[in-house]
Amino acid sequence: MYDIMDDMPQPFVIILGKAVRYAARLRGGGSALPGLFVEKISPDFIPSILNQLPKGVVVISGTNGKTTTTKMVVALLEAQGLKVFTNRTGSNFVRGVAAALLGEIDIKGNLDADIAVLELDEAHAVKFVEIVPPRYSLLLNVMRDQLDRFGEIDATARMLEKIAIATTETVVINREDERVLKIADGLSSDVRYFGLNDALLSHFPSDDDLHGKASKKGVRPNADVTLKDFNEKGAAFSIAGKDFVTPLKLRGVYNIFNSAAALALTRAIVPEASINSLLGALSIVTPAFGRGEVLTVGNQPLELVLVKNPSGFRLGLQSYDPKGYATMIAINDNYADGRDMSWLWDVDFTSLEKEPVYISGVRAYDMALRMQYDDVPVEKVETELAVALREFIALHPETPKRIYCTYTAMLALRKELSKITRVEVVA
Amino acid sequence: MENKAITILQLYPKDMNIYGDNGNLLVITKRLEWYGYTPVVIEYNVGDKLPKKVDIVIGGGGQDSGQVIIHADLLKIGPQLQQWANAGVPMLMVCGLYQLFGHFFKTLAGNQLDGIGVLDIETYGTNERLIGNIVTHSDEFGDIIGYENHSGQTHLGSKVKPLATVIKGAGNNAADGNEGARYKNVIGTYLHGSVLPKNPALADFLIRTAVAKKHGEFSDDLVDDLFADMAREIARNRPR
Repeated sequence: MYDIMDDMPQPFVIILGKAVRYAARLRGGGSALPGLFVEKISPDFIPSILNQLPKGVVVISGTNGKTTTTKMVVALLEAQGLKVFTNRTGSNFVRGVAAALLGEIDIKGNLDADIAVLELDEAHAVKFVEIVPPRYSLLLNVMRDQLDRFGEIDATARMLEKIAIATTETVVINREDERVLKIADGLSSDVRYFGLNDALLSHFPSDDDLHGKASKKGVRPNADVTLKDFNEKGAAFSIAGKDFVTPLKLRGVYNIFNSAAALALTRAIVPEASINSLLGALSIVTPAFGRGEVLTVGNQPLELVLVKNPSGFRLGLQSYDPKGYATMIAINDNYADGRDMSWLWDVDFTSLEKEPVYISGVRAYDMALRMQYDDVPVEKVETELAVALREFIALHPETPKRIYCTYTAMLALRKELSKITRVEVVA
Repeated sequence: MENKAITILQLYPKDMNIYGDNGNLLVITKRLEWYGYTPVVIEYNVGDKLPKKVDIVIGGGGQDSGQVIIHADLLKIGPQLQQWANAGVPMLMVCGLYQLFGHFFKTLAGNQLDGIGVLDIETYGTNERLIGNIVTHSDEFGDIIGYENHSGQTHLGSKVKPLATVIKGAGNNAADGNEGARYKNVIGTYLHGSVLPKNPALADFLIRTAVAKKHGEFSDDLVDDLFADMAREIARNRPR
């Protein structure tokens, strides 16, 4: 059956794909389904469209921060007047890219864009760069995440290395992540770095630093963009050796570090861009879907913080002060969340010990057990997310709220929240 | 309090720590405190000096690269660990260190990484990753519930007993239906989760054995294991 379809003229593939996309959205289904359809019937669909782009393709990969970093890079490039195609839904699989393309192209297969900026999961990025070698890539970090899916952290680093090797022009690298930094050694393409100044390094413990003695950082390569300092209002950067300060709407140390990554990547793509115009564009970027997103419920803010691995959870806990907030944690173990609960034991929750925490999700009792061993008081354990959300809101009518949630828990909570407040629809 | 101290030696936390096995240390130290004892934790990394006496030894899983880093050092301290094991010191070795407590780990390419032979087991690298939720049963500890993630497959010799029989999941290898190994008070297992939080019976075995050996008797005060019980019931029924 595929043989016949391989011969299909491309407009038919596109029309069929668009029809499936439309049908899938009516059904309320996942964003990758139409892409799967196109991937199966026309495997050269993605390269044939993306290879037309005058400024090529950018791949952003790594364990944490892909979605928010991609959002920043898109904003920075658009502010420089470029038309940018991106996979906004966070469906960061190859077929998610195909699905996003279907929404943007006309029926002749023309994509009205100068450049594609794609967020790709490590394993999918490896498959993607085999068919579309990127002109630029940004490698954020390698941390323990979904090991049940990829095997081991060293294997994940090797995936990032393959992306770097496939990159034709410039690879932008996090010099503070030893596994990522090592990738630079074997590269023939141009390499640029982003990083932290020494005083900030302790805010970003790697998984390796967590146990035993933290390794001493040796001599690091010079970074094009270095994060020097930050507070609730903004950040200070050193860019090309000069100091700059900018206000930011992004919150959380992690997002702010990734803004250094976004700046370094954009400077590689558009070297002529003025630093002040880049910082101006950066200052108005807001957090991505579920990444420190703030909703309003009963006149009180409610923040959703996506947590999907130990380093991300640790940084979330470090970024947001629990004082004055009611806290809930919702842990699911569906495939997209990762089935293994071991990661909860690599996160230190003692910073939550002052106020009782409401616990929910399929694996609520695993989380409650984790709290017990960190002496954090548990307000209530309720595995049903919808019930838990209603009760959590009712228990804290006059208090700002914060919910740390895994991916599928976040989707379920957003759905419930959309019944009582305005929640941005993400196409 | 000096006479109520219990020393826990944690092997290679720097290089063998990847699947939340740190939770095992936390559970042992907290439960010791709840039972009225004083945990003293000694982290042992490559090149460190071993203490003269220990009451409990624990070790976790690691990357393949972590196993290579610690390998020579482990062989060096192997005789001391063997002596403690023979003397009945309770130990818990998970995944990577479970394998290296055996005779050898042979990779698919045929390279052999020698272990210290405390456990009469042999492990062979395979292309098959045994991964997912696992439920096993032991007559001594009841059901042992966790998560396994390994491509090495382990076969037991006659000098060890299996820790448990597999109810759901794979265990030591894809064929035998058993999980883990036991020699005296040394327990080897593939279970992460971490294994001890959701299996307090196993944690209390290590603690009780260590305390009884050092202080002659052990009074286990009541610990509230409600969350552990509930978490076990849910984990038992989750998809592989």
